[in-house]
Amino acid sequence: MNAPLNTEQWLRVCAVTDIPVLGSRVVERDAGNIAVFRTATDNVFALLDRCPHKAGPLSQGIVHGETVTCPLHSWNIDLSSGEARAPDVGCARRFPAKVENGDVYLALG
Amino acid sequence: MKKPKLVVVGNGMAGIRTVEELLTLAPDLYEITVLGAEPYPNYNRILLSPVLAGEQEFKDIVLNPLSWYEENGIRLHLGKSVARIDRHRRTVVADDGTEEPYDRLLLATGSMPFILPVPGKDLKGVISYRDIYDTETMIATAKAKKHAVVIGGGLLGLEAANGLKIRGMDVTVVHLGEWLLDKQLDVTAGQLLQTSLEERGLTFLLQKQTAELVGNDAGEVTAVRFKDGDEVAADLVVMAVGIRPNTALAESAGLHCNRGIVVSDALQTFDPRIYAVGECVSHRGVAYGLVAPLFEQAKVCANHLAQLGIGQYKGSLLSTKLKVTGIDLFSAGDFMGGEGTEDIVLSDPAGGVYKKLVIKDDQLVGACLYGDTADGAWYFKLLREGRKIADLRDHIMFGESAIGDAGVQGQSRAGAMQDSDEVCGCNGVCKGSIVKAIKDKGLFTVDDVKKHTKAASSCGSCTGLVEQILMNTLGSSFQETPKTKAVCGCTDHNHGEVRKAIREHHLTSHKAVYDFLEWRTPNGCATCRPAVNYYLISTWPKEAVDDPQSRFVNERVHANIQKDGTFSVIPQMKGGVTNASELRRIADVADKYHVPMVKVTGGQRIDLLGVKKEDLVSVWKDLGMQSGHAYGKSIRTVKTCVGSEFCRFGTQNSTQMGIDLETMLANMWSPHKVKLAVSGCPRNCAESGIKDVGVIAVDSGWELYVGGNGGIKTEVAQFLCKVKTSDEVKEYSGAFLQLYREEAYYLDRTVHYIARVGLDYIKQRVVDDAANRKALYERLLYSLEGLPDPWAARIAGAQKNEYIPIKLVTAGEPA
Ligand code: SRM
Ligand SMILES: Cc1cc2nc3c(=O)[nH]c(=O)nc-3n(C[C@H](O)[C@H](O)[C@H](O)COP(=O)(O)OP(=O)(O)OC[C@H]3O[C@@H](n4cnc5c(N)ncnc54)[C@H](O)[C@@H]3O)c2cc1C
Ligand code: SF4
Ligand code: FES
Repeated sequence: MNAPLNTEQWLRVCAVTDIPVLGSRVVERDAGNIAVFRTATDNVFALLDRCPHKAGPLSQGIVHGETVTCPLHSWNIDLSSGEARAPDVGCARRFPAKVENGDVYLALG
Repeated sequence: MKKPKLVVVGNGMAGIRTVEELLTLAPDLYEITVLGAEPYPNYNRILLSPVLAGEQEFKDIVLNPLSWYEENGIRLHLGKSVARIDRHRRTVVADDGTEEPYDRLLLATGSMPFILPVPGKDLKGVISYRDIYDTETMIATAKAKKHAVVIGGGLLGLEAANGLKIRGMDVTVVHLGEWLLDKQLDVTAGQLLQTSLEERGLTFLLQKQTAELVGNDAGEVTAVRFKDGDEVAADLVVMAVGIRPNTALAESAGLHCNRGIVVSDALQTFDPRIYAVGECVSHRGVAYGLVAPLFEQAKVCANHLAQLGIGQYKGSLLSTKLKVTGIDLFSAGDFMGGEGTEDIVLSDPAGGVYKKLVIKDDQLVGACLYGDTADGAWYFKLLREGRKIADLRDHIMFGESAIGDAGVQGQSRAGAMQDSDEVCGCNGVCKGSIVKAIKDKGLFTVDDVKKHTKAASSCGSCTGLVEQILMNTLGSSFQETPKTKAVCGCTDHNHGEVRKAIREHHLTSHKAVYDFLEWRTPNGCATCRPAVNYYLISTWPKEAVDDPQSRFVNERVHANIQKDGTFSVIPQMKGGVTNASELRRIADVADKYHVPMVKVTGGQRIDLLGVKKEDLVSVWKDLGMQSGHAYGKSIRTVKTCVGSEFCRFGTQNSTQMGIDLETMLANMWSPHKVKLAVSGCPRNCAESGIKDVGVIAVDSGWELYVGGNGGIKTEVAQFLCKVKTSDEVKEYSGAFLQLYREEAYYLDRTVHYIARVGLDYIKQRVVDDAANRKALYERLLYSLEGLPDPWAARIAGAQKNEYIPIKLVTAGEPA
């Protein structure tokens, strides 16, 4: 689903502790905000902050396991792929994200 | 062309209902004249009992004011009794000589109370209970006299007795039968009823036969004497021993009568120009004494009068309710049972609940409910439809909510629907798409259907219907929702078990709960986490730590998310009272933050809609008001009316009472949202009747109602008790809310909680047991004490990160 991404330009966005555990932060961007999620195991994922259903802000949802539940109509979106979990169908754009020395990096290419 | 003349004799409920039906079918067909013996426009006779009990006034029960007759061009003769029908000349003649010619005549003369033919029946102070005159006599007597005897323990008798008691009289009910309401209840339910009425101070003499009414020299009644020689003192005797169809006029005109004016299925008498409806009628050998069948007659009769000629009245099944506030009973059909029938009985005499269902040949043929009548209408429907109930049998006793989601019109509707009929209004899903999804995708449960079609996934009011469609489509493969459902897919435990574990094992964190109960997922899901969070903080106040990440966004950010991701902000406005300074600040905020819409809410306060998340904290700061919690499973508003300070009808200061309650309950989290209202008198302008806790001021104190809900399925609040002081209002409603907070399952409103545990249980814990009430109230105050206003806390810096987006500093990224 996702087009190949240029991961050469990693961009630091914040410290991992700036994101609440099982929570998220919004990264503002002209081309559409990005939601950065942190799981209980300190994995970090980034998705376009637009639910594939009706563009709900995924950043405002409840994070559980590696899933976020959209706050508007409760679609469940897989954080690692951006795909909606069955039976819903749709995909939120995914951005590569990593944690290094306590800092969160995104590749926006 | 001159219009034909329709003359109606009897300005009562059945006659005028027929005219109303006729006017909708054929507004201009007739020139209509109505003659009524009573000097009043048509009023709701049924509501005489609330008038007697002081709950309503006569003007509240008028159904058709004089202006209605005028607007519809109806000539009305009030206070004129028709003495004669001249069927040859086709005229009626009233007792004062008024003569009215007719082309069609409608007789709706009602019935006459039966007066026992005993000596003394004509003494002063001996009355029946039929009209406003009788009611006013009772009210006046109660002011001056002490002893009332009601003869007859039927519906009318008990309503009269209850009203007289409320009006301050000592009331004895004399009844010939073995138990009260022996035509409407079986012996067990009758005895439960007697106990609760005795608790209200009524005295009963059963299996007593009245021999004589004793009078004094002034011709006033003084006592009732029985066959066995006993005597009771009486200043007022109300005879409520039955009614007789009022057929005198019809008989004198030579119309065939046999315990009622005999009519056909078209409500026509033996004279084809003369129709009859109401209690005066005998249809297929039955004379009815309740309005529901009379209104069915009215509909059919109007159809024939309108010359459409397609209606047919085939008789009615009856159901019964008693209008004594706080007593719930219901019966219908053959509730006694007998040969060839089976009973399903649920009996909890201590809890004051008794239910009996009578089944014959796989059909429900009778129902008798006491204490919990929520499902009366549903049973009555099953009974009328004569539906086979094999598939419902296991859980029929637990009511409709055990079958579908307290379903809207459910049952047979699904089968009759067209594929193109809409099932889910919220999501615009038709029956056809649901059936297709069930077949194509192999769905078996309502949850599957919700997921795949979105039907029933929003407000949920169509769940019952969806369940029906599943049943119809799948037949026997249908899987019903298990009775005690697991909280969600993360666990097999249900809400009750989770809560119990938290309490008994002193679990104070999410992790402890998930470990102890062996959750399948590491940190739950969006369904169970908020529930567990609520159970933790409500069970262990000041100990368990609230987890914002387990709260839905609205509760996490203390504002309400909108479809475009902005938020709405509703500041607290206690009791709906504000002032110029607050309004000015609201206006300033609206300007400063370019708030796209400012709206007065249905909860008596002001909503600022479309605020950006990053502005929330400064909006709150600039408002300088407290959080209205319009976003939470929490206290919402306490609506009030103006009350005694300004209103000419107000009996207490309802506004201040509401403000006090809202102050007391500030920041309270609860299983679902909680709404209150305080009205200054029974006109109920604050809509206390549909609130979780509704308070209604009366002259002598405050009435408390609980379990009302104006939402998805409107539920009228039930009477809890009456208290005298405003401190008691706080204590009783606080105790009730704490009970709800401690025992209700997450996302159950008070109405659902009460439906589960029963109103009698609530009364027992909150009203009867004073020590328990005080303990509950103290626990409530303890858990609320020291809770910060969430907006103030956020202004002071709490969860700062939540509101601040990260801005990217690098430029030049591709769009
Ligand atoms: C703002 C308001 C409408 C208005 O403009 O007047 C409103 C707005 C919403 N109501 Fe309401 N309700 C509002 C008064 C009511 C009332 C009337 C009342 O409170 O007197 C009712 C019926 C009374 C009752 O609840 O018993 C009402 C029954 C509901 C329900 C059905 C609840 C139920 O148990 O059946 C929901 C759905 C729910 O809570 O699950 C709901 C849910 C909602 C939500 C929160 C839907 C949502 O989750 O986003 C709406 C937010 C809209 C938004 O975009 O901000 N709203 N809602 C009212 C706020 C009142 C306030 O000042 O707090
Ligand atoms: C206190 C009380 C409580 C009740 N509670 C319930 C209840 O909870 N549920 C329920 O279903 N039913 C209840 N009923 C019964 C219900 O009120 C009656 O079934 C209904 O009113 C009958 O309607 P009707 O039009 O046949 O008779 P009515 O409403 O009695 O109307 C007949 C009218 O005709 C007038 N009339 C009679 N003869 C003449 C004449 N010759 N000329 C002119 N006018 C004449 C009478 O004065 C009367 O006004 C109650 C009744 C009473 C009295
Ligand atoms: S405000 Fe209430 S009634 Fe109006 S659309 Fe939203 S939820 Fe429905
Ligand atoms: S917008 Fe996300 S579920 Fe509807």
